[in-house]
Amino acid sequence: MSATAVHSLWTTAAEPISKIPAPKIEYGQLSPTLIVVGAALVGILVEAFVPRKSRYYAQVFVSAVALCAAFAAVVALAADGYGTTKAHIAAMGAIAVDGPSLFLQGTILLAGLLALFTFAERRLDPEAHGNRVDSFAAQAAAVPGSDTEKAAVKAGFTTTEVFPLLLFAVAGMLVFPSANDLLTLFVALEVFSLPLYLMCALARRKRLMSQEAAVKYFLLGAFASAFTLFGIALLYGYAGSVSYATIAQVVDGRVANIDPALANTTGNDALLLIGAAMVVMGLLFKVGAVPFHMWTPDVYQGAPTPVTGFMAAATKVAAFGALLRLLYVVLPGMRWDWRPVMWGVAIITMLGGAIVAITQTDIKRLLAYSSIAHAGFILAGVIATSKDGVSSVLFYLAAYSFVTIGAFAVVTLVRDAGGEATHLSKWAGLGRRSPLVAAVFAVFLLAFAGIPLTSGFAGKFAVFKAAAEGGAAPLVVIGVISSAIAAFFYIRVIVLMFFSEPKPEGPTVAVPSPLTMAAIGVGVAVTLVLGVAPQYFLNLASQAGVFVR
Amino acid sequence: MNAENLIALLIAAPLLGAAVLLVGGRRLDGVGHWIGTLLSTTSFVFGVILFADLLGKNPEHRTLMQHLYTWVPVAGFQADVTFRLDQLSMTFVLLITGVGSLIHLYSVGYMEHDERRRRFFGYLNLFLAAMLLLVLADNYLLLYVGWEGVGLASYLLIGFWQHKPSAATAAKKAFIVNRVGDMGLSIAIMLMFATFGTFAFGPVFAHATGASEGKLTAIGLMLLLAACGKSAQVPLQSWLGDAMEGPTPVSALIHAATMVTAGVYLIVRSGAIFNAAPDAQLVVTVVGAVTLLFGAIVGCAKDDIKKALAGSTMSQIGYMILAAGLGPIGYVFAIMHLVTHGFFKAGLFLGAGSVMHGMNDEVDMRKYGGLRTYMPVTFITFGLGYLAIIGFPGLSGFFSKDKIIEAAFAKGGTEGWILGTCALVGAAITAFYMTRVMLMTFFGEKRWQPDEHGHEPHPHESPKVMTIPMIVLAVGSVFAGGFFSIGDRFLHWLEPITGHSEGNSPLSAAAVTGATMVCLIIGVGIAYLQYGRRPVPAVAPRGSLLTRAARRDLLQDDFNHVVLVRGGEHLTRSLVYVDHTLVDGVVNGTAAGFGGLSGRLRKLQNGYARSYAVSMFGGAALLVAATLLMRAV
Repeated sequence: MSATAVHSLWTTAAEPISKIPAPKIEYGQLSPTLIVVGAALVGILVEAFVPRKSRYYAQVFVSAVALCAAFAAVVALAADGYGTTKAHIAAMGAIAVDGPSLFLQGTILLAGLLALFTFAERRLDPEAHGNRVDSFAAQAAAVPGSDTEKAAVKAGFTTTEVFPLLLFAVAGMLVFPSANDLLTLFVALEVFSLPLYLMCALARRKRLMSQEAAVKYFLLGAFASAFTLFGIALLYGYAGSVSYATIAQVVDGRVANIDPALANTTGNDALLLIGAAMVVMGLLFKVGAVPFHMWTPDVYQGAPTPVTGFMAAATKVAAFGALLRLLYVVLPGMRWDWRPVMWGVAIITMLGGAIVAITQTDIKRLLAYSSIAHAGFILAGVIATSKDGVSSVLFYLAAYSFVTIGAFAVVTLVRDAGGEATHLSKWAGLGRRSPLVAAVFAVFLLAFAGIPLTSGFAGKFAVFKAAAEGGAAPLVVIGVISSAIAAFFYIRVIVLMFFSEPKPEGPTVAVPSPLTMAAIGVGVAVTLVLGVAPQYFLNLASQAGVFVR
Repeated sequence: MNAENLIALLIAAPLLGAAVLLVGGRRLDGVGHWIGTLLSTTSFVFGVILFADLLGKNPEHRTLMQHLYTWVPVAGFQADVTFRLDQLSMTFVLLITGVGSLIHLYSVGYMEHDERRRRFFGYLNLFLAAMLLLVLADNYLLLYVGWEGVGLASYLLIGFWQHKPSAATAAKKAFIVNRVGDMGLSIAIMLMFATFGTFAFGPVFAHATGASEGKLTAIGLMLLLAACGKSAQVPLQSWLGDAMEGPTPVSALIHAATMVTAGVYLIVRSGAIFNAAPDAQLVVTVVGAVTLLFGAIVGCAKDDIKKALAGSTMSQIGYMILAAGLGPIGYVFAIMHLVTHGFFKAGLFLGAGSVMHGMNDEVDMRKYGGLRTYMPVTFITFGLGYLAIIGFPGLSGFFSKDKIIEAAFAKGGTEGWILGTCALVGAAITAFYMTRVMLMTFFGEKRWQPDEHGHEPHPHESPKVMTIPMIVLAVGSVFAGGFFSIGDRFLHWLEPITGHSEGNSPLSAAAVTGATMVCLIIGVGIAYLQYGRRPVPAVAPRGSLLTRAARRDLLQDDFNHVVLVRGGEHLTRSLVYVDHTLVDGVVNGTAAGFGGLSGRLRKLQNGYARSYAVSMFGGAALLVAATLLMRAV
């Protein structure tokens, strides 16, 4: 250190500042995400400044308007051709605006809207001290069973923070499948994960179980995030960049210009393989693939049911979107390495989910294992590595998310003195007592099982067809076998509802507000429309099935 | 209005009738039978208009087509709803709607006291619509629709008096036996589609000669199976006798004049296929010859007037099938006999119905006798039908049956001799059993007794609404054959469609006619000696072995029971055994296996986040290892 360079002990002369180029942000193309984030921030302000009595209405209004506006923005972008001809990479290479992005964002926003309806439901729980309450704890910070909690209940508090949390989660999910570099991917992952952890802990009933679920989810999620982050670091070491395009170029052997600092590691295949496996592992955790699925049943069971529905639907959509982009855009060059591995994951996921579901006795855990099996089916489509594979997965995700939200919404209706009656034995004879609710649930179960004339069949058919054409016929065979196993427990619930004698002390079916009715109604309608006339939507998914590089 | 646009109306009229009568409910009880008769007659009028139109055209241009719509528009599999009206289907249209309308009229009187008369007419109209669809269809798939439709109508009408267990059983039997035949037709259609890529008449017939003979023989045999079912030919003949449980007008229309002849239509229509498959044709002639003898023998032994006539129907259709199997030598005569038979057999059945009507629904001929004075119109019309069926010179049956016998000889070779002889013997037996029926019913002493309630029947002539159709049919029975044969009118009419060849008969036409006359006289003579000269015993004598077998329909039901029912039961039982032990074992075993596996795997889910983390860690390690391994190999 030469004396001339020292002005004082504390400062040093800077190099002349070269101009930092101003980032070029395409606000229009990012508008869906920006609207939702903005609304979430408004939601926080609402929490701070709007009187307690009006907060619920203000929050529901802000959230609904934001989700609708964001969906409209997605539709406008798609109509403008951003899904096809004008697809490109926005925000300095961070966000891809293309067909899969827009399709999945649309799906997530609609799923979010339906989830919002179930979040806002306030007629199912009996009124507490004259106040209408929703599924969420009166005061999250109050220790379960404590006097503080009782006071909060008595004061009629409600956790209206769930609405901004929902919007933040949606915002993260919107970015997740469209992230075009690994850092954006990771940030989005955390942005949508943290609100979910929180919301899991907010159940009004069975609060200990809910908090346990949240802690497990958080711990395991953090664990998985660590893997992802480590994988990202390794990939950076491999390619000298976190940008998808650059990594893909290095994988393909088209190295642009190597950063001298990373000359020793660039192109080192061990880094690529390990790094890729670890990033993929983080995503497999989010979709709930075996053996990273173990959080699913516990969390699905413990979380407030509206949150479970939202999580089961939207998280899966976002995570599969991200997985698709990673495998199809970043790693197509090493597909001969990851395909066999993903084969294995898909097989054990399909079989594992279906088999363990057989012996479940709780409807929410049953649906959790069902979602694991479905993750396996979707993986089969992912493995196809073809345009049909992408579009079939897109279609499947759209179909699946509506069925899921609808099914969990029905679960919120069946109640006894302890809240939701989720034990299967209590559902015996439901079809005699409430034929409509049971019939609606049966439609969802049949869709899960993939029975024709429901969206589940169209989705499964598309996915298996793509997989078979992609050379994964054995996978399809196992998929069909798993479907057969899975059909057993779906049909068993139907048999239980319609062909068993109702129990005298059985649960009652609460009459929901139009909000939940709308969520269920839309779920049934979409399930049937996609089942009876899937062609338009298959075409849509097919048009949207091309990633921008 | 173009004539071809009328074709659909032929079917639409009775179909409308069926819909109105069956949907209309009790409101229409008072007028339902007239609605049915009116719409049936409407269809007949359309038929006559179209007939006049066809007559005005050149013989080569007498085919009208009406395309309604495309039924199944799938690439490579196109089924059109198209109707073809040519000389062959025109003949059937006139027969079906003409005889059908007469029988509708007759039923107005016959079913007068039945409280479900409206429904009866609805079914009759449904039958007409289906039968017209069958003969007007321009492709085999549409024909199949009509084929099933007449089967349904036949089932509904045989079992019309469903309160009688015998009627319900008979309906079921007819339906089940017909299913065997229907299966033949559906297989034939599939074979056709596989061979020709289409099942429309035009292309199939045009390409028939191009296909291999083996395939054509298979198609032909399957079509024959279908014909056997619908037309009660051996070996699927067993249902027709029982079908007489239906009301007599049904027996006259469906089980004598029209539906049972659908098999003949099918074979003649598919002539192009059979012409190119001589083996199949040979089987057709054998079936025809066997059935004509079978039916005739059964007819000799029955004391139930309707069952005797049913045996006769079977036998006469045997003649038609025989003729149809002879190829171009016989097609025209098969159809000609079909039409004349339509007249006289419908007339005979209506006569039998009239007798039953006057005799408190008694069907046992041993309890008739001397009825000619009580019901003169019935006697005369029945007598004319009788003379026509035995082939009395100058009457309808004489012309048409004689031609078939000639054609059988004209087949040539040993086959020709055998078939011709069978046909001749059949003629003798026909003369015998019909004379028997005639004598037992209308001649001799009265043999009826008071029934268990002490009511003695008071035979009386039927009302005009019943006798008029009988008279019209009797006129047809007398003159139709002569009208068709003089100047070979019928031959020239049908020839453009079916083709015709004379064959080379070893016997002259006169010799055949002479032989037929001799057979006729022998048959009538024996019957007269046995039933005219001696009193008829009121209780049937034990009879010879053959007689007893014939009374039991030549053991057809015993055969079916032993071979098919028992065999089927054994097969079912073994299948059930396999199902219970093997299939269920595998299924239950699999289910139990998965259940056990599920229970074990479930234990892994122990609720501890640390175990979950370990599982994730292990999974991640595996994932990384597997990815590295894939690169290594």
